[in-house]
Amino acid sequence: MSRVPVADNEKSLQARRRFLQGLGLAGMASMSYSLLEVKAKTPASSDKRWGLLIETEKCSSGCDACVRGCNEEHGIDDAGDDLTRAQWIRKIDLKDELTGNETSLPVMCQHCESAPCVDVCPTGASFKRADGVVLVNKHTCIGCRYCMMACPYKARSFIHETLTEQKPSAPRGKGTVESCTLCVHRIDEEQDRQPACAVKCTEEAHSAITFGDLNDPDSSISQKLNTLGGSQIRADLQLNTGVRYQGL
Amino acid sequence: MASIIADHQIVKPIRGNYLVWMLAMALLVVIGGYCAYTMEHEGHHISGMNNRVVWGLPHVFAISLILAASGALNSATLSSVFNQSMHKPWARLSVVLAICLLISGLLVLVLDLGRPDRLFIAMTTYNFRSIFSWNIFLYTGFIAVCVVYLATLLDRSLNRYIASIGALALLWRIVLTTGTGSIFGFLVGRSALDTAILAPLFIALSLVMGSAVFALVVALVSRWQGTPVPANTIRQFSKLMLWCLLALLYFSVVHHLTNLYVSEHSSDERTMFTGPMALPFWLGHITLFGVCVWLVSRQRIIEAINQKQWLLSCVAALFGSAMILYSTIIGSQLIPQNLFPGKEVTSSTFGDAGFASYFPSVWEWGLGMGGVALSMLLLGFFLRVLPVSAHVIEPVADISDQVT
Repeated sequence: MSRVPVADNEKSLQARRRFLQGLGLAGMASMSYSLLEVKAKTPASSDKRWGLLIETEKCSSGCDACVRGCNEEHGIDDAGDDLTRAQWIRKIDLKDELTGNETSLPVMCQHCESAPCVDVCPTGASFKRADGVVLVNKHTCIGCRYCMMACPYKARSFIHETLTEQKPSAPRGKGTVESCTLCVHRIDEEQDRQPACAVKCTEEAHSAITFGDLNDPDSSISQKLNTLGGSQIRADLQLNTGVRYQGL
Repeated sequence: MASIIADHQIVKPIRGNYLVWMLAMALLVVIGGYCAYTMEHEGHHISGMNNRVVWGLPHVFAISLILAASGALNSATLSSVFNQSMHKPWARLSVVLAICLLISGLLVLVLDLGRPDRLFIAMTTYNFRSIFSWNIFLYTGFIAVCVVYLATLLDRSLNRYIASIGALALLWRIVLTTGTGSIFGFLVGRSALDTAILAPLFIALSLVMGSAVFALVVALVSRWQGTPVPANTIRQFSKLMLWCLLALLYFSVVHHLTNLYVSEHSSDERTMFTGPMALPFWLGHITLFGVCVWLVSRQRIIEAINQKQWLLSCVAALFGSAMILYSTIIGSQLIPQNLFPGKEVTSSTFGDAGFASYFPSVWEWGLGMGGVALSMLLLGFFLRVLPVSAHVIEPVADISDQVT
């Protein structure tokens, strides 16, 4: 049996030590990263119910700031056929058949408490978070479009064409269904951060969209709902929507 | 007690037209596959569907095939459960046809998905609040029940189980068709669909479509075999078709009249009569009504109907019921969803006012026709390898056998 020379043995031990030190450092680094990750990914809580209040009196016909804000935030292309392109928010102008009173308002996913899209989705890809945000799991959506048939608000879009240059915060792809996410990537990052539509609306001096926690009586949305009131689109369906409209 | 002497054989293409038929069907299947691939590769923008009309012609084909699969089991059910001996020779063919139609319908449905490559997810991840999920079990279970049913019909040692498995198949097909109708019946946001009567209406549709397809297949197989369909069989099949048509017309009339009466639905219902779906709607109902009147007149006055007349009535019944299904599925999507009752939509980027329009593309026709061709191709294959084709030697009619 051959003996290893002392100098060579020492070198070997030093290399092993360096390797173990490196391994330990890598482990510590990955642990701290995981802890940061856990902190950033605090699970949604049912203590909160995120919602929007649209003040239609402040919303002007012809303004599409909220739509532009949404499109920019999620990388949605607003060119092409209106019936096949994605529209997470659309602007609608209304005229009361009796009084002639005109209203303008944005319509997006209403984030229903009893969401028909969640009920009908065969794979459970359409789901509602504990904080009331209705989302589509892009990994399990099979593109059956049953949720689009079921949505009373026509708030969902099926992606008809190949997409490129999607944003990491908004995973989107051909053959799946998508809709307003209430900018979860923003509100998950920082609790007081507003969805892009509300930010853009404020930037353009309308401030017609208020975002907040419907469960918190002290939140600005709850305060406004308390004083201004707020109705639901198709309230007769009793879906308890997270998006409310004042002046409708 | 009637005595039907029948012999079951595999199909022998004595006239060569079997091979021509199979080649034609194979060609259509290839075209259908190409259409599905193109639509999946390019995206659904090449189809006539959009974000307003989200379910188009492929769904009409798929649902038609699934409904016809359930209805094609009529002869097997009548023979095994209700002991109608006239239908006994046709039970095996009835079960095989049901399997072929269902497989094809499911394939069309899958190939029209936005992500057909995620079929594994659809088969393994379920949301049990969704009727769609339940239907996946109902459809696959139906195929399993039919396979066992066929085994009991083919193997003499298993014959004693025919009545039990036949009853299970009957129950299963009722639940399956109810489930299929309920896919549309639970849609609260669409006033033309939001009704439980769609479930029995779809059962009636399945009876008509299944009976018509089965009759056409019986005639086709008899032609391949070179043996005419017995006159008594034609008469019995015609009577069965008449009852199925009456049931369909009854449920359809109740569906539309009740919608017309309820003020919430009446304006949408009126658009069904006069709007963009008026043509298929009226064409379907008038055709079915015409076939009913004609069949009644043949049964009551002459007590006889020849093979050509019988097949013509089946083609007309199939066409009429397909028109009703088309106007139900597509028509309900053309009507604008009323989000704001009492208000007029003056502007919208997503067609919130006015009717939607839908023109099926060649890709959708190709996929749908490919599905129909696949069912016939599968049937042709099974007829060559299994003794399911009946050669009725001496049919003897009996009063107790008559469906009426």
